[in-house]
Amino acid sequence: MGMDMSSRLRRFHQARWDEPIIYELSTEGERGLLVPEVEEEIEEAVGDGVSKIPECMRRKRPPNPPQLSQPEVLRHYLRLSQETLGADLNIDVGQGTCTMKYSPKVNEELARSAKVTELHPLQDEDTVQGILEIMYKMDLFLREISGLDQFSFQPGGGAQALFAIASIIRAYHQDRGETQRDEIITTIFSHPVNAAAAAVAGFKVITLYPDEDGYPDIQALKAAVSERTAGLMITNPEDTGIFNPRIAEFTWIVHEAGGLCSYDQANANGILGITRAKEAGFDLCFFNLHKTFSSPHGCGGPAVGALGVTRELARYLPRPTVEFDGRKYRLNYDMPHSIGKVRSFYGAVPVVLRAYAWVMSLGAEGLREVAEIAVLNNNYLLKKVREIPGASAPYARGRHRMEQVRYSFEELARETGVGTEDVQRRMFDFGVHYWTSHHPWVVPEPFTLEPTESYSRKELDEYVAILRHVAREAYTDPDKVRNAPYNSVVHKIDHAALDDPSRWAVTWRAYLKKVKGR
Amino acid sequence: MKQLGLIVNPIAGMGGRVALKGTDGREVLARARRMGAVPESPRRAVEALQRLVRLRAELEIVTYPHEMGEEEARRSGFDPKVIGCIRRGETTAEDTRRAAREMLMLGVDLILFAGGDGTARDIYDAVGDRVTVLGIPAGVKIHSAVYARNPGLAGDLAALYLQGKAAVREAEVMDIDEDAFREGRVTARLYGYLKIPYRRQYVQGLKAGSSPSEQAALQAIARAVIDGMEDDFLYIIGPGTSTRPIMEMLGLQYTLLGVDAVHRRQLVGKDLTERQLLRLLEGRRAKIIITPIGGQGYLFGRGNQQLSPKVIRQVGRENIMVIATKEKINSLRGQPFLVDTGDHEVDRMLSGYVRVLTGYDQWVVYRVTG
Repeated sequence: MGMDMSSRLRRFHQARWDEPIIYELSTEGERGLLVPEVEEEIEEAVGDGVSKIPECMRRKRPPNPPQLSQPEVLRHYLRLSQETLGADLNIDVGQGTCTMKYSPKVNEELARSAKVTELHPLQDEDTVQGILEIMYKMDLFLREISGLDQFSFQPGGGAQALFAIASIIRAYHQDRGETQRDEIITTIFSHPVNAAAAAVAGFKVITLYPDEDGYPDIQALKAAVSERTAGLMITNPEDTGIFNPRIAEFTWIVHEAGGLCSYDQANANGILGITRAKEAGFDLCFFNLHKTFSSPHGCGGPAVGALGVTRELARYLPRPTVEFDGRKYRLNYDMPHSIGKVRSFYGAVPVVLRAYAWVMSLGAEGLREVAEIAVLNNNYLLKKVREIPGASAPYARGRHRMEQVRYSFEELARETGVGTEDVQRRMFDFGVHYWTSHHPWVVPEPFTLEPTESYSRKELDEYVAILRHVAREAYTDPDKVRNAPYNSVVHKIDHAALDDPSRWAVTWRAYLKKVKGR
Repeated sequence: MKQLGLIVNPIAGMGGRVALKGTDGREVLARARRMGAVPESPRRAVEALQRLVRLRAELEIVTYPHEMGEEEARRSGFDPKVIGCIRRGETTAEDTRRAAREMLMLGVDLILFAGGDGTARDIYDAVGDRVTVLGIPAGVKIHSAVYARNPGLAGDLAALYLQGKAAVREAEVMDIDEDAFREGRVTARLYGYLKIPYRRQYVQGLKAGSSPSEQAALQAIARAVIDGMEDDFLYIIGPGTSTRPIMEMLGLQYTLLGVDAVHRRQLVGKDLTERQLLRLLEGRRAKIIITPIGGQGYLFGRGNQQLSPKVIRQVGRENIMVIATKEKINSLRGQPFLVDTGDHEVDRMLSGYVRVLTGYDQWVVYRVTG
């Protein structure tokens, strides 16, 4: 039976396999692939293949991968895939800030063609002119979109792009002998990785809180800048979906104090072809090609945080950059001021290719239309969500938002005792995502929705119908929501473990040590 | 078999419906009764207990007679063990304190109490941090963070705790001057800390440090303060759980609700008065390390009056170091920090924007108003 079209609620039930960790499936001696014995004459000619490796580089103990047959491995990963809610499986508007738009499959075809997959990064430049051309032209597109002067595709994601940006800011001040500039200013509603990347790069971090209307507090910025200011690293529109109308004043204040300004455009979906980093006064920016430019996120990669700078800062970019002399594309390693490499080779080439294909298929007008539809979709959703009992959109009352909104279920929590994390688990029962917010929560009982341009009105209505149903349930049967999920893979998870390094185990070895005590 | 202590303050909440803002004081109570006030707390206690009934087989309720818990327990389907004696219809704060003390001696696993801010203070006076407690909100105004968000959640959280599924944290007990409150002024000060079971969403506004990440932030703040300590400065450490890790990391004794002083990492004064502080400050440069009251934002003038206008002037604005986790700042919901030292000039001097240390090399710039 299909879904109930009147209520738009699906009777969803996710596959649940209780699948063990792959190491727990291991059987001594089991193999997925039997490597043929080396023939005698080969061994005579090249030896055993190990003794030529210098002693100091050889492992002391053999590696310990899990030992499984091919069908076991296949089943394992297929089961795991059934226990996820991928972007192609659900109406993925609940992952606000992630820009979960549809990634056209034709672009995937291109990226998977042998012309790309069989390339090797150490091939001679003469043999890879095609892909270098694509990288160069993608750079030109992003120059046009941002107004800045040169891009690098080396960073493997937004966080790494921001780390590279912080490194460039540091190198810039060092070259000018202003080493006392050790403070980066950001805002609480900027993506938190701005603060994190700056801290990893060795900066002190100063965070500004919003004013009463939810805009970044310009008076606080004035109080924060000094001769120690190295730069400003912010997002705009912020995670609230509010665009800072005084952004040019912000960059002016920081420039006056001697700092540089970096624009986190990880998510530029609401402003493509409408506003640019250059006119807002920024010196650096980055775009996540796996967000705005439609390459899939790929469960944490491979991705690209395309990093752009002004002409003045181009010499600090990670090397190599792709250059064109009118005849030939080449990789430029001759960059003595470069901050160095932040990743091997030139970045995730298939991601650049998909983004290039996406831009080519849309053209300049198409990109602007993307932003316009994304903003329209978001404001349609905003109106619908505000009509849901217990839900609100704090700050900037009566104003439109850009591409996303950070909502609040504070009223719902107060009236029913059902909080946003309860709603989140209940939403999974209907087969859709729902994301709260970064921690610690600034907006109480938050949830963040971003519809992008990809979803139709019918699909947005379906998402809203589920959300409305769960909110109503909170009023009529709060325990039902609190005890959710019923149709999902796992039940409640103890979040405290995520905060506790002594309980993290991101490898099998760490798991044995921390959890099993071995 | 787990033991749950149950204390109902039968008069808590009576003033609310008749707009009397609390029932502290015999006269007010009589007035509330004359105005037709009915007890709120028994109904709320029953609402909480109903969430615990399913644990009846493995749970014994220990409570005080009649309206202080016995009736509520029976109405919820329990057969409680009743201790103590009271004068029916004329219960007092002392009854609450005595009940809590006796339950502590019996070694109950948790004391569940229904009341308001006054009840929380009585419980604190009686047991301090020696037993875990949890409040069922029934008072007119609740500024203390020891209460669940509603009675049903109090029952749920108590059940989770008794089953070993909830952590414990410290939560603020606030002291509100009810006479001032009736005149429309909220003057609250930190009264102490109780140990409560904790799961996010079950209890009122996140105030004292709680989650592991917030604990880590407090440790990082303490490390940063200590690493930055200069030998020729005296460090005046204000009250609260945010400043405590500094003293713990230094291995020094501290006064949770008072002001201590440190010089060259040694304790040079404990629970100091204004006069003692001024004496210590003679001929010395000093820094004050202070944290706002969670959920309220007072920096000076509530619970730290020792740090008087004279002391603040002596130290100087540039030597006041504000520390707070981002969680604590968020709990203010955008409201600025407040100062009310009693000296307008000093309040003005402190107003504007202040840097708040929120982690190691991490600051927030935040507004202060007088």
